[in-house]
Amino acid sequence: MFSTSLFGFTPWPVVSAAILLVLVVAGLYFARDTAHQAIRAAAGALARALRVASHSVHKAQEHLAARNRAVLLAAGREAKERIVEREFVRAGDTVRKDLAGYPEMHRRLSGAILRMEEDQEKAVEVPPEAPGWTQAVKAVANLDARNAGAEILADIHKSMVKAHAEAMDSYREASAKRHSLLRGMMPEWRLIRHTLERVNKSVESVIERSQAIDRHMTEYEAIVRGEDRAVSVLSSSSIVYFFISALVLAVATAGAAINFTLISRPMAEMVGGTNFVGMFRTADIAALVIIMVEISMGLFLMESLRITRLFPVIGALTDKMRVRMIVVTFAILLMMAGIEAGLAYMRELLLQDDLATNALLRNDSTASIVNAHLWITTAAQMGMGFVLPFALVFVAIPLETFVHSLRTVMGLIAIAALRVLALILRILGNGVRHLGVLAERLYDLPLFLPLWLESRAAAGAAPGAVAGIGSAGREPESLQEYHS
Amino acid sequence: MKLRLLPLAVALGMAACAPPSPHNTGLYILIDTSGSYNNNVRKAEQIVLYSLSRLQSGDSIAVARINTGSFTEKDIIDETTFDDQPSTADLQKRAFATRVASFLDHSSPAPYTDITGGMLQAIEFLNEKQSAHKEILVFSDMDQDLAKGYVRNIPLDLKGVDVVALNVTKLHSDNIDPRLYLGRLAKWQSTVEKGGGHWRVINDLDDLHGLF
Repeated sequence: MFSTSLFGFTPWPVVSAAILLVLVVAGLYFARDTAHQAIRAAAGALARALRVASHSVHKAQEHLAARNRAVLLAAGREAKERIVEREFVRAGDTVRKDLAGYPEMHRRLSGAILRMEEDQEKAVEVPPEAPGWTQAVKAVANLDARNAGAEILADIHKSMVKAHAEAMDSYREASAKRHSLLRGMMPEWRLIRHTLERVNKSVESVIERSQAIDRHMTEYEAIVRGEDRAVSVLSSSSIVYFFISALVLAVATAGAAINFTLISRPMAEMVGGTNFVGMFRTADIAALVIIMVEISMGLFLMESLRITRLFPVIGALTDKMRVRMIVVTFAILLMMAGIEAGLAYMRELLLQDDLATNALLRNDSTASIVNAHLWITTAAQMGMGFVLPFALVFVAIPLETFVHSLRTVMGLIAIAALRVLALILRILGNGVRHLGVLAERLYDLPLFLPLWLESRAAAGAAPGAVAGIGSAGREPESLQEYHS
Repeated sequence: MKLRLLPLAVALGMAACAPPSPHNTGLYILIDTSGSYNNNVRKAEQIVLYSLSRLQSGDSIAVARINTGSFTEKDIIDETTFDDQPSTADLQKRAFATRVASFLDHSSPAPYTDITGGMLQAIEFLNEKQSAHKEILVFSDMDQDLAKGYVRNIPLDLKGVDVVALNVTKLHSDNIDPRLYLGRLAKWQSTVEKGGGHWRVINDLDDLHGLF
């Protein structure tokens, strides 16, 4: 209907269409500059808006990265301070222990050395007395034999033999005594060797500790200086800690679920099975509250023991108060564990009752036979009911790690998301800019004939100008405007 | 931030303090004791026991017979609401099962069948119990046979009630003309659905898993 009226202003629709086409092309040609400006303005405004948005997101990402870096460094610094402090305490303990034993060790060493010196002096070898008869024998030998020298010599010889025998006996006795003294020095040597070995071990331990402290201090200094490598190491450590702690927490959650199953049924006996708070049964909520209280007590116990540091208030308490807290929280945990064991026992009884009722309702006589080994499952349930609250205490450790690493991981995820968003906005901005150019070209497409004529006319008027369809000479100007 | 959290906390507090919505089930079992169908009451006991095994603390159950005039409390064999404590509820179930079995042992056939009266009584019972889920089990051939003078062409208000016809046996006349059987079921379906209820038929008593 509309097309009929549109092409019906002349008797010939083809002619009408041709006239309409010419009019439209003429209209578009005359409105070309205005239309191009409008397209350029719209695309440019949109592109600029997207670019500004991208820039803002990029700035936010940089700010977040800086904040994340600061938090990461602060957390790393704190953790390293704790490690260094602990290493110092250990080294101090080692040194104190060794120094405390030093006077005793020194006394023993001095005593051993003194005894050895005395023995050494006693063991000095006394050279055998030089025979004084030799010169006398020589003089007598030079005498004339007629002066009865032979008899004298014989007497001298006899005396010499006797003296020699006595000297040899004395020498053997002295040697035996010396050997005995040297043998007596052996335990002293061993004592000195053992003492020195112990000293060596202590010194090596102190050296190892000092090396560890050196290493940690180097890392600490790198963190304080805010080096990229330190940030990278801390960041990757945080991610590893995050996944490990999440895994352990998942295991703990499974444990809590088992705990919940153990106590939810008997809790229905205590608080009723038909009461609801919102969508949840009161019995289930009560069971959940008991588990949550156990976990809370576990957290407080770990805090009081200074194993975790989630609550600075508890960590800052005096030692006396902390010990009291340890006793109180442990007592509550013990009580809870006892209650859970009792509930687990009650659960078994209730289950047996349920089974008996259902067997009666099913007319099933076999189900009423009591299992002889039922006590094993009952004992196992009671054991689990007693042990699980204490096992849940250790949730505090992965929870602390999870909480601390979560901040870093969330920061990293947010940074990545912002980076992607900034990139998308930038791509969109560029896309819009190019879409503007494309829209101009598409606008010019139906005007190829007048534009060609225009370019021909322009070429005729100014020889050397670039000929072509459309205002090719204006393209760089247009793009330049966009790119600006 | 605190000001924003305050309305949320108030809303949560109000939700916690609001009267709790019921979550219990109300079950009314009608057992046809008229004529030859009285021979099937042993099967009805199976349904009652199965229902008892499925009900929980806080649920209500009543078992009534379909008699000549069933719109009366006298035809209720037994009714109970299970205690909050599951162990007490177990004891109640056992006692209930014993009482129903005792009644069915001495059941005598009724001359007429007033299903509508029984359903009116069931609606009254379920409304009194204010159950969240209301269910009427009709153990009958669904062939209503009213004694002279009983007016039962009244609409049933079965809004939110599931009506399940169980063990709908075929009569001799149904075998001759099955349209009678189909027409009977269609009529009851129409009556129930017009009253706002939901209609089902279960004839396989060995597969009652879809009952609740």
